[in-house]
Amino acid sequence: MHFLKDRGFTHAASSEITPREVYEQRRRLLKGLAVGSAGALLASWAGRQALAATPLAGTKSTLPGAMAMEKLTPQQDVTSYNNFYEFGTDKSDPARAAHTLKTRPWTVSVEGEVKKPKVYDIEELLKLAPQEERIYRLRCVEGWSMVIPWVGYSLAELIKRVEPNGNAKYVQFITLADKAQMPGIRSGVLDWPYSEGLRLDEAMHPLALLAFGLYGEVLPNQNGAPVRLVVPWKYGFKSAKSIVKIRFVDKQPKTSWQEAAPQEYGFYSNVNPTVDHPRWSQATERRIGEAGGLFAKKKPTLMFNGYEAQVGQLYAGMDLKKFY
Amino acid sequence: MKKLLLHPAAKPVLFVLCALPFAWLFYGALSDSLGANPAEALIRRSGDWTLRFLCLTLAVTPLRQWTGLHALARFRRMLGLTTFFYGCAHLLCYSWLDQGFELEVIARDIAKRPFILVGFTALLLMLPLALTSFNRAIKALGAARWQALHKLVYATALLGLLHFFWMRAAKHNFAEWSVYAAILGVLLGWRLLRALPHQPRQPQAQALKLQQDR
Repeated sequence: MHFLKDRGFTHAASSEITPREVYEQRRRLLKGLAVGSAGALLASWAGRQALAATPLAGTKSTLPGAMAMEKLTPQQDVTSYNNFYEFGTDKSDPARAAHTLKTRPWTVSVEGEVKKPKVYDIEELLKLAPQEERIYRLRCVEGWSMVIPWVGYSLAELIKRVEPNGNAKYVQFITLADKAQMPGIRSGVLDWPYSEGLRLDEAMHPLALLAFGLYGEVLPNQNGAPVRLVVPWKYGFKSAKSIVKIRFVDKQPKTSWQEAAPQEYGFYSNVNPTVDHPRWSQATERRIGEAGGLFAKKKPTLMFNGYEAQVGQLYAGMDLKKFY
Repeated sequence: MKKLLLHPAAKPVLFVLCALPFAWLFYGALSDSLGANPAEALIRRSGDWTLRFLCLTLAVTPLRQWTGLHALARFRRMLGLTTFFYGCAHLLCYSWLDQGFELEVIARDIAKRPFILVGFTALLLMLPLALTSFNRAIKALGAARWQALHKLVYATALLGLLHFFWMRAAKHNFAEWSVYAAILGVLLGWRLLRALPHQPRQPQAQALKLQQDR
């Protein structure tokens, strides 16, 4: 839609976007199929996910940049192609193995340099602020991308409530590492628990999302249930999944990928087509679920994943080649 | 066992087995059942099968020597050509599905990811072997020269292994690689041991001789 003003992201033809009514209707059909025809193996298989999912509604976000006008990546792809090494290194592993994750009871301890530290129960977190639906692009450092309708609210809502003190300069996110629930923990690919971090002003940016659901349903385990971070202008690995601890600190926290390969993964890890990963180019990306399938062309990667208008000022004056 | 290996149907059966992974991937591509990223799936799986058939090809001679089943040698050529076929499919998938046949893009990619060049070299080294795989080529070259030429497959194996290692190094994920490394290590190590000049009992023999002399 070239007549729309460019607000820092590419507009897709509106005909490419699956309207909510349509995908909801599809899902109702699947559910009907599963419930209605007893003994039909195929139908029950098809409806398995639909039956298992618990709805989690969010009102459409009005935040600038929060509703990408792009064709959504099919839910099937979003929930079956995941990097979640706690459940295995293959992208099909999490969908297969994450059923062992217990998301209740669940608490998130918010601690460190804050005036009001607190251990939040997940039910309380869910109701902390109104749930919004936001459609974000997700760009993986590996060179693929998706467009995902998340449900959640700005991380800032939580941060405001715990009142960081003057020493709080960074926020660290620590995720669950339980051998009993997560078969991948036994591998030495990374040092567990998985740890990620943001500068406080990045964490306070309204686009930084604390997500509890996607596609109008609670997060499937493989997508980081019950609560995860989504930072759409950074490579996907910055968005920690299944968070158990949020810590406010005065020094830049260590992050798992930085520890594993400091020369390859920086603290900032902003999506940036002009700064290559040392081992591959970041100039283009493969959009998952794109029409044309196997022969679809790669897309050019956008600065800050297309969120430059919203987040560019956070990095004013910084050498992004140095702070990659 | 020997009878089975020499059965006239043995080769056609092996041919079908060799073609099965290709048929499976081809069907997966047509029916769009290769998951969320079919291009990546095709590239990776064709690479996996190249390595697997390379292991099988290199296993023929040691197996023959260990078991005495010399009829196994009948299948070496077909396994070798299958390896080459999957290697070509791997290259085709990469340059077509990942790079859209854009040479300039490929050149830039190779500069960034040298392991691609390593893989390409491994495949290139198989080309003369595939081209001289028929009986008349063996006659024309002479058995000794043909055998010397076909030792290139060891270089292919090492480069292929390096290619896979380098690719996995990005994510520190070497579990699968170590399996291939162990298999190829045994298969190539066995050949190395046999190629070493024989000297095992010499010290003992000399000692005996000395004893006798006294």
